[in-house]
Amino acid sequence: MNLTLKIWRQDGPQVAGRLAEYQVSDISDDMSFLEMLDVLNEELITKGEEPIAFDSDCREGICGMCGLMISGHAHGPEVTTTCQLHMRSFKDGDTITVEPWRAEAFPVVRDLVVDRSSLDRIIQAGGFISVNTGAATEANNLPVSKPKADRAFDAATCIGCGACVAACPNASGMLFMGAKITHLSELPQGQAQRDARVVSMVNQHDHEGFGGCTNIGECSAACPKEIPLDVISTLNADFRKAKQA
Amino acid sequence: MTDTNTSADLPGGDLFTLGAPIADTKAPDGPIENRWTKAEFNNRLVNPSNRRKLSVIIVGTGLAGASAAATMGESGYHVKSFCYQDSPRRAHSIAAQGGINAAKNYNNDGDSVHRLFYDTVKGGDYRSREDNVYRLSEVSTRIIDQCVAQGVPFARDYGGLLDNRSFGGVQVARTFYARGQTGQQLLIGAYQAMERQVANGTVEQFTRHEMLEVIVKDGKARGIIARDMVTGEIETHLADVVVLASGGYGNVFFLSTNAMGCNVTATWRAHRKGAYFGNPCYTQIHPTCIPVSGDHQSKLTLMSESLRNDGRIWVPKRAEDCGKDPREIPEADRDYYLERIYPAFGNLVPRDIASRQAKNVCDEGRGVGPLVGDFRRGVYLDFSAALARMSEEAVAEKYGNLFDMYQRITGESPYDVPMRIYPAVHYTMGGLWVDYDLETTIPGLFAVGEANFSDHGANRLGASSLMQCLGDGYFVLPNTIRNYLADGPFEPVSEDAPEVVEARQAVEDRISTLLSINGDRTVDSFHRELGNIMWEYCGMERTEEGLRKAVDLIRALKDEFWRNVKVLGSADTLNQSLEKAGRVADFLELGELMCIDALHRRESCGGHFRAESVTDDGEALRDDENFAYVAAWEFGGEGSAPVLHKEDLVYEFIELKQRSYK
Repeated sequence: MNLTLKIWRQDGPQVAGRLAEYQVSDISDDMSFLEMLDVLNEELITKGEEPIAFDSDCREGICGMCGLMISGHAHGPEVTTTCQLHMRSFKDGDTITVEPWRAEAFPVVRDLVVDRSSLDRIIQAGGFISVNTGAATEANNLPVSKPKADRAFDAATCIGCGACVAACPNASGMLFMGAKITHLSELPQGQAQRDARVVSMVNQHDHEGFGGCTNIGECSAACPKEIPLDVISTLNADFRKAKQA
Repeated sequence: MTDTNTSADLPGGDLFTLGAPIADTKAPDGPIENRWTKAEFNNRLVNPSNRRKLSVIIVGTGLAGASAAATMGESGYHVKSFCYQDSPRRAHSIAAQGGINAAKNYNNDGDSVHRLFYDTVKGGDYRSREDNVYRLSEVSTRIIDQCVAQGVPFARDYGGLLDNRSFGGVQVARTFYARGQTGQQLLIGAYQAMERQVANGTVEQFTRHEMLEVIVKDGKARGIIARDMVTGEIETHLADVVVLASGGYGNVFFLSTNAMGCNVTATWRAHRKGAYFGNPCYTQIHPTCIPVSGDHQSKLTLMSESLRNDGRIWVPKRAEDCGKDPREIPEADRDYYLERIYPAFGNLVPRDIASRQAKNVCDEGRGVGPLVGDFRRGVYLDFSAALARMSEEAVAEKYGNLFDMYQRITGESPYDVPMRIYPAVHYTMGGLWVDYDLETTIPGLFAVGEANFSDHGANRLGASSLMQCLGDGYFVLPNTIRNYLADGPFEPVSEDAPEVVEARQAVEDRISTLLSINGDRTVDSFHRELGNIMWEYCGMERTEEGLRKAVDLIRALKDEFWRNVKVLGSADTLNQSLEKAGRVADFLELGELMCIDALHRRESCGGHFRAESVTDDGEALRDDENFAYVAAWEFGGEGSAPVLHKEDLVYEFIELKQRSYK
């Protein structure tokens, strides 16, 4: 198929960006969206134009490194990661707009690459269980009921791609943060730091410039790992309880 | 033995020279079950107030690097951690699907530390070190305890206890798993432990940084030269000790299951500075990947080996049925070839054997799936029997995310049509040669996880890589490196020292050369061509003739690369073509060494299959008489032949025998 691409080009964080238009042809259904960009980049280099910078690594939907706004949708029209979006989701003749994640907490590095280190700093603020290596008890001494284990697991599948932030009109990081809080709060090991964790993480989140949650639900709708919206309820409940404690 | 200084009587002996034998001198003696305890006691201690004054550089933040950084940080050392991704959480360990082994014997099915040790040595086709493997088996149980304590959500049964499953090459269920995302969950656990140390100030994190050179001063590793991939700045980082946890080099094949950024640069640069490279030709081909669909493809996607627990592998008995809808081929016309050839293990034979048999049936013309050229490269992995036996919900519970992933990539649902799979390049068992302390031949330079060569021999059992990476990072390295650090405080190194200036200059020169060639061909086109050569001649089957041809082709390609590569842009911004160019330059050198190593090893073992060495019934034929050694390669200098040092493998506790899974 033949496509028209409007792609965000920006040389650096301090330089103004613009949408540039490119034509690609002979794109097959089996290509992933990123492979389509690879094809375009090979053509650009051959012509002597600098290729488009974008992030990707595992290309199997798990590392969370890739992430593009594709015609206004985080990761494109399907609920998946950009690397697992295939060109069979598009039609011959389509015009596709490709932009980086937009959020104050994710400054643009170059073209489609953004800086998501704010998410690491939220984890540093408390997204862990404090246990030094060697201090662990025998694993089966800590039984976890299957429903709790399953809910912890569902929350733990967050890949930290930032689609929730990009999809949210407020650029809120609360689905990301709620996923981590729910993962750790469901487990017996996570109880000791439960109150301190939520307060510290929320403070860091606000400090990084993420917006607040107004229950729009775009985050969960765009999440490639389908993290449920109610992790934000867990986050809010834990936060309220911690503040009252 | 290896006391001569000539390589003339070895296959390919014109391409390398023979050096003095090498040996691990650090493993204690005595009963094997006491050796690690003895080493932990004998290794000297560093008191907590002195640890603060000592600094450690760790390159890579996968399971090995992140767990090592967290643990060293907790101990109070000052750690600098580097990764090329935008966050340590993205290291490629995250993509491991199936599980992690541990000898817990929770199922009362006869597992033990000794059995895990035995299975691992046998699975590696008797080309790994007994001491290292025993220690790995020993620490395996503590890994699970540590991860559970961190909140890793392993699968549990209804009693709330941990669940297990079995994996290829073994007859017990010792694999702990978190759906099909075990690597992700373990990595997030290690990452969180490391981020906790970042907050505590013991670990300093450098993301989007690529290590491009090791600094060796007075014979010891004392730091690295790294490039800030955002600003392009070339930075000097000095420390008392350097740890490489930079993963494997399967991307030398271009198409592999590795992440796009996985590369050999850290270990290759160390090799050029004097670290020996162990068994570079040992590449694991994973049997269950989604087949290639076209020329544009950038990588291959793995389907967890755990699928082999319930999926049955078959191809049509007759070549003329291969184009048919598999659902219309009656049971009597299907060849469940693994169950037929290996009745004891069936679909659970180890990876090397499953891969080779898949290739054999496709080579016979019985492959399935679309014609690529005039050839079908695929076999069925069929869940219809499992779906009939278990409910669809139960199958979805176990494998749902893998089925979804398959459907997304191929457009077909495994609930309706059998999956198609084909072998692909996966894990590299070779890596920097290390001794029992995980120290390379450069004092003060350690290598952990997939970056070292030591524990998997010529083939890795499923669910063992996660175990090795976390074992190294949480338990082994922190307890061996202290013996080295106890010699501190070390004399500070000045940034103006000639060794530092020289390393820095070498990096700057290489970058400016790459940017100035301005030829006609893209970096990726060189990488693809190299990958084709490697797959064709150093892939699933190797011959003397093919490998010699590959060496010539790679040399010519390397020559063209340095004359004709086109790298645009500048050095002082994010420049992804420049990053790739440096990595491909190193892959070209490594590829040549892999072929030389494969050429000289005229036996078949594990992932290394030489067509000249097979049994009467077509199985890989090992030659213990002549090849029961580790090949540790020394860099011979620019344009000079590499030097082979042999480490004889001594088996005191396990009897060497022909591997059989029948």
